[in-house]
Amino acid sequence: MSTLSPARSTRTPFATEATFIGRSFIHTLRTPDALIMAIALPVILMIMFTFVFGGAIDRSGDYVNYVVPGIILLCAGFGAASVATDVANDMTTGVIDRFRSMPIRASAVITGHVVASLLRNLVATVIVIGVALAVGFRPDAAPLAWLGVLALVALYILAITYLFAGIGLAASSPEAAGGYGFILMFLPYLSSAFVPVDTMPGWLQGVSEHQPLTPIIETIRALLMGSPVGDSAGIAVVWCLGILATAVVVTTLLFVRRSGRR
Amino acid sequence: MDTMIALRGVHKSFGKEHVLRGIDLEVRSGEILALLGPNGAGKTTIINILSTLVSPDSGSAEIGGLDVVQQRSAVKHLISLTGQSAAIDEILTGEENLRMMARLSGMTRAESSARSRHLLERFELVESAGKRVRTYSGGMRRRLDLAISLLLTPPVVFLDEPTTGLDTRSRQELWDVIRSLAAGGTTILLTTQYLEEADQLADRIAVLDHGRVVAEGTPAELKSRVGGELVVLHGATGEPVREIPTDGSVAGLRSALDALDPTAAVSLRRPSLDDVFLAVTASENRPTTDLVTSKG
Repeated sequence: MSTLSPARSTRTPFATEATFIGRSFIHTLRTPDALIMAIALPVILMIMFTFVFGGAIDRSGDYVNYVVPGIILLCAGFGAASVATDVANDMTTGVIDRFRSMPIRASAVITGHVVASLLRNLVATVIVIGVALAVGFRPDAAPLAWLGVLALVALYILAITYLFAGIGLAASSPEAAGGYGFILMFLPYLSSAFVPVDTMPGWLQGVSEHQPLTPIIETIRALLMGSPVGDSAGIAVVWCLGILATAVVVTTLLFVRRSGRR
Repeated sequence: MDTMIALRGVHKSFGKEHVLRGIDLEVRSGEILALLGPNGAGKTTIINILSTLVSPDSGSAEIGGLDVVQQRSAVKHLISLTGQSAAIDEILTGEENLRMMARLSGMTRAESSARSRHLLERFELVESAGKRVRTYSGGMRRRLDLAISLLLTPPVVFLDEPTTGLDTRSRQELWDVIRSLAAGGTTILLTTQYLEEADQLADRIAVLDHGRVVAEGTPAELKSRVGGELVVLHGATGEPVREIPTDGSVAGLRSALDALDPTAAVSLRRPSLDDVFLAVTASENRPTTDLVTSKG
């Protein structure tokens, strides 16, 4: 105690990030309700859509093969939304001031939440696909196509997680941050996730066709069912990268702007 | 002694609110300076500027000769902040908090564990080390908070209202920790609303009101500013009902006594920092010449 030792920077380049990712992992494991919600809700929806509405929507009984890609994205959305609350929580407690006053990249606290969310949601996605297979989902995809599905789902989760991190920074409180999540929850319903776009009224088709979820879902569906992907894959990737880039810029700016304000 | 912290002409506004109105302040190396003032006086803003969280609108702030805006990252190596609300992660355990902060401070895994164990022992947190911070009492949180600040021993420590909300015993314990820290050579800037705390801990006190330093000096210097003893008039049950300051002279004392009912119970007391505080932050609704006090 007698000698003064000035604070050091972390030794390895990504030690700060690694520490924050570890922190977010512990958070995930200690607050299992978020994880359960992220898995249980899509599973319930899938069962409801295949067994309750499925027969009415598609009498051939093939509806499960149609709806699973949409459910996968719905699941990712649910899971990512909790990042808004996590980030808002951090921003409203004293711990963020300590991080900011240390000689580290304090914004890595966001990176920690994002990476943990990405892995959490990938786990949830695998579970949802498992349940889908159990209720009669019969994909026809080559290993490479599966890899493509995984990559696109991961990119989508990353983009939407960063978006929610930005929402968490913009929100005035953790409660408000949680509320914004619901807006994004409705997007899958206005896409080709549950019913083909051409069954919607004309004015809605325009919205539905040009919103980001439709090309993403079409790509995943085509990859899983072995049908031609067309140009939807390119559009899907551009949408995801666009959302990601915007969210990263906005998040970085908001993080700096909120310094010293809680 | 050389100057460790220096603020010169610092102004800061948040929107229309002019929080700091020209702060000049120096803290010498190894000194404990207490910023004393009511809520909204600007104490936390000064701490936030010095710990690089917010930038001043004008004026300059330096730590160890380094500018807190221009040389922000160098400054961060010299300081440690213990903010007003405990800067700890509620979901993690006490030990996990310490280890995480140790890792972020550049320690290896082994160093982090060793240092965490040492601090848990020193702050009597060993028993609750494995419990989540959410379950901690206010005193335990503050101890953990301070333990984190002392993972490394930085040359400058900021403590923003370190004992607010603590019981007397926890407060005494924290004071001991702060004293031993200063004894090791650390420069400490602390804010407090408690006059007793400033009196007990600080080498020097700066009284802050509405964004200005209205008085500065050692506790003894400040107390001498309100003059001599106070004549305290007691009510039927012995409680003080009125206090009359004197200028320390016989004539002053006599005229104070002459103003009172000869049968009343009176006593004399030395001025406390409460009196100083009221005197230097006087406003119309708190006349200082004839103040009624119930503060202990």
